[in-house]
Amino acid sequence: MLLFVTGLGLGALYFLIAAGLSLIWGLMRVLNFAHASFFTVAAYLAWSASQHVPADAPGLRLIVSLAVGTAVGGAFAALTEIALIRPLYARPTGQILVTVGLALAALALVQGSYGSDPLQVTLPDALTKTTSLAGAAIPNSRLLVIGAATAVLGLLVFFLRKTRYGLIVRAGVENREMVTALGIDVQGAFTLVFVIGGMAAGLAGVLAGAYDGSIDPARGTAILIFAFIVVVIGGLGSVTGSAAAAVLVGELQQFLNFYAAAGVGDFAVVLLLAAVLLIRPGGFGGARA
Amino acid sequence: MERPVLLEVRDLHVAFGESQILHGVSLDVRAGGITALLGRNGAGKTTTLRGLLGLVPRTGSVKLAGDELARLPAHLVIRAGIGYVPENRDVFGSLTVAENLRLAERPGATLRYAYVYELFPELRERAGQRAGTLSGGQQQMVALARAFLNAENRLMLVDEPTKGLSPLMVKRVADALRAAAAVTTVLLVEQNLSVASAVATDAIVIDQGRVTFTGRVADLIADRELARRHLGISGGAAH
Repeated sequence: MLLFVTGLGLGALYFLIAAGLSLIWGLMRVLNFAHASFFTVAAYLAWSASQHVPADAPGLRLIVSLAVGTAVGGAFAALTEIALIRPLYARPTGQILVTVGLALAALALVQGSYGSDPLQVTLPDALTKTTSLAGAAIPNSRLLVIGAATAVLGLLVFFLRKTRYGLIVRAGVENREMVTALGIDVQGAFTLVFVIGGMAAGLAGVLAGAYDGSIDPARGTAILIFAFIVVVIGGLGSVTGSAAAAVLVGELQQFLNFYAAAGVGDFAVVLLLAAVLLIRPGGFGGARA
Repeated sequence: MERPVLLEVRDLHVAFGESQILHGVSLDVRAGGITALLGRNGAGKTTTLRGLLGLVPRTGSVKLAGDELARLPAHLVIRAGIGYVPENRDVFGSLTVAENLRLAERPGATLRYAYVYELFPELRERAGQRAGTLSGGQQQMVALARAFLNAENRLMLVDEPTKGLSPLMVKRVADALRAAAAVTTVLLVEQNLSVASAVATDAIVIDQGRVTFTGRVADLIADRELARRHLGISGGAAH
């Protein structure tokens, strides 16, 4: 049970990164290698903000971290879209280069400012305890990550299915030129999707700190690789497909790394990716939300 | 009395990389009725529609009722009062029929749902069905309905609406175009000359990215030499 919930927690982190990546690719055809930067910068700025909260109020620290991390992720993503991606819509190679460059620069900036060693995250007592589930002692921090990802999934599905902007995004994933040809400014949807993706990545940055008990400059890049795999398996542009694929990848990794040998789970995920690309190249969720 | 000009296009150029597709297209579409935009395959008809909407990079002047649109982004050109039915229908297959129509609603516009459902009652019955599961004819109804929905649309650009449809569906589309022309202006790209000659009054012929004929459809079809020269067919055969 503990392994299952830990895998679910890992999958939840993958989902928070993959959901944004998937929507950004689905709508804008932008392969955003800078997505991990939103995660990392948000995690570190949130950690800095939490240091201004008295140490004897760890609950407030966590709330401040979550709020700052989410806001920083969204703001950083908006700036990236407006300043770097927008001038390069017609140049996919330029987009790849600029997002890779931003990822490297942001990582270097974080390492230069905070150092390369992990920073400890102070958690409220409630999160350092465990909850008994089917006889297993589950760390509450895992449950927090899973609960937050489930809430984000619910909000995203509500946004995509019940709001006009969600309708525009779903239609744009399928055929953005036709959305324009209906008199709709797709540019606004592009920025919105980037902001949503950045907020989810920023939230993931803070939650990963709670999950691991520390933040680390390289953590975002490590998660990004598996998040890309999740996006492909789940289907480009599909949020629910990403959620299902994230759980699958997290569990596969967790169980095989434990029962086989460390690293076997990671290798199996790559094999799963290859199998999906061969059997169902569009992924399981297709282009649907 | 001659109808006033609604759409005025001057010196429209479109190029994709090194390939020049339109070489200075200039045309007038008069208000009311249907004007057919004719020409051989690859002549530049679809590119003309896409160019004047700004869906492809272009230079030149595009005026709707005297207002210059060429400097506007595509979505604002459309919002100036244009409904567009693209060549391949381009319905959103993963969205329902109702969602396809809802997407076409413009904030603040008067919506003609009753009119659209009168033209295409099937759309009301299939409102909850995914558009991708509809037949080709039904998808064309969705595409036409999206363009007809906003009462403020002064011009419809309709690109080969009968392509690949059954004879029965071709007749329904032609009837719908006639109904639309009673309340607005239609610029119709159509390869099916019998449809074009049956519904349109005016004709513009494009060949190799240039306008080569402007006049009445009846004159073009009736004159064997004119039809052969501009369309590569024998006149009268289209009837």
